[in-house]
Amino acid sequence: MSAEIKEREPLFSAKNIKLLKNPLNFENPITVQVLGICSALAVTAKLEPAVVMSISVVFVAAISNVVISLLRNGIPPRIRIIVQLVVIASMVILVDQVLKAFVYDVSKQLSVFVGLIITNCIIMGRLEAFAMANKPWPSFLDGIGNGLGYGAILIIIAFFRELLGSGTIYGYHVVPESFFEMGYKNNGLMILPPMALIVVGVIIWVQRYYTRELIEKN
Amino acid sequence: MYSNGYIFRYAAIMVIVAAALLSTAAMLLKPFQERNVAIDKMGGILASADIPDITAENAIQLFNEYVKEEIVINQDGEVVESYTQSKKEDAKAFKLDLKAELYKKTKGLPYELPLYVIEKDNQTLYVVPLRGVGLWGPIWGNMALNDDLNTIVGVTFDHKGETPGLGAEIIMDFFTDQFVGKKIFDDNGAFKSIKVVKGGIGTLPDSEKIHGVDAISGGTITSNGVNDMLHDVLESYLPYLKKHR
Repeated sequence: MSAEIKEREPLFSAKNIKLLKNPLNFENPITVQVLGICSALAVTAKLEPAVVMSISVVFVAAISNVVISLLRNGIPPRIRIIVQLVVIASMVILVDQVLKAFVYDVSKQLSVFVGLIITNCIIMGRLEAFAMANKPWPSFLDGIGNGLGYGAILIIIAFFRELLGSGTIYGYHVVPESFFEMGYKNNGLMILPPMALIVVGVIIWVQRYYTRELIEKN
Repeated sequence: MYSNGYIFRYAAIMVIVAAALLSTAAMLLKPFQERNVAIDKMGGILASADIPDITAENAIQLFNEYVKEEIVINQDGEVVESYTQSKKEDAKAFKLDLKAELYKKTKGLPYELPLYVIEKDNQTLYVVPLRGVGLWGPIWGNMALNDDLNTIVGVTFDHKGETPGLGAEIIMDFFTDQFVGKKIFDDNGAFKSIKVVKGGIGTLPDSEKIHGVDAISGGTITSNGVNDMLHDVLESYLPYLKKHR
């Protein structure tokens, strides 16, 4: 550390805001980095699990980013992946236990998906790429930003899949009965995993249409 | 650079800290979790008997109010224990691990099963707890029978991790409501169980329609799991059901 007094960076400096906002579009974990696709397919048949999953991922990504960032100077590089995994797994188990004890209903809906957070590549990707080299506060923001970027896509996919697949939104029927009487049918294919992938593809298409910077030069 | 000694020490301390943290959390939270599981179980039993307005807060109170007797029966249908005291959650029947007991059955060992007697609007209902396997994990539920021990008053199902939108739909009303009024024995008293029929009960002959419900399209393996669960569990209760019909 140098002796000169560094001017303190404001908590929400332009750089820090960028950490929050970039993952929502330019560096979206799902549509740009193509991480976390597996869980995006698994939990998006209905909105409710998608929303709860998003919240859990925001939480786990932020906390484990902070923990790794605090430890970053002591972690031996040769076992860093193991250390990251231990931190994530402990966090996820802790979240699962707390949910089971205090919000049993939510925990029941999430069931196996909480465990799936451990295998979510986004979290480990952010630990490795960001938290290992940055201070706790930016790491915290980075975790939140990436969690939100992931969650936003999840919720968009789940919205379309639930609406077209089950005719409901968040469990409430929105497609009027008269439609069904006229011969409208829910599309069973929307509920199956392949359609999630196609919806992701459509989202990437739309995103690239509006965000020209993302298009490769050649 | 970090020495090997440092790396080993680091790993050892990290593992001990993580283990200590998680086991402390698990121990402290266990009473809350067990209570939640018990409340959930009570809620399921009550819901199958169609008791209105069950919430996590009043489940224990309602359970004590409606459940008149908790019976443990053995493989021959004999009553081993009948519990009618006030603290219903302490009964042996309530604490029996259905999974372990059904496993004993597959091994040919003696087993015991719980049965709940509910008194509702001067009507006596018998609730049979269910347990089986779905596509990804266990499925379970409760079936309330009328006092003829044949006609179904209501069922509930639950699952650990069936596919959302497909197999997970077994908990929805449109599926469970189909069971109301169905019969598990035919007119001659032969055991029929309830069949979960792929393609719908429209494909069955008229005499069989009273013993079948429509399966969930796209949820074939979970539907089959429900079918097998109903058959296997009800079959275990047959000696008792036949004796008391």
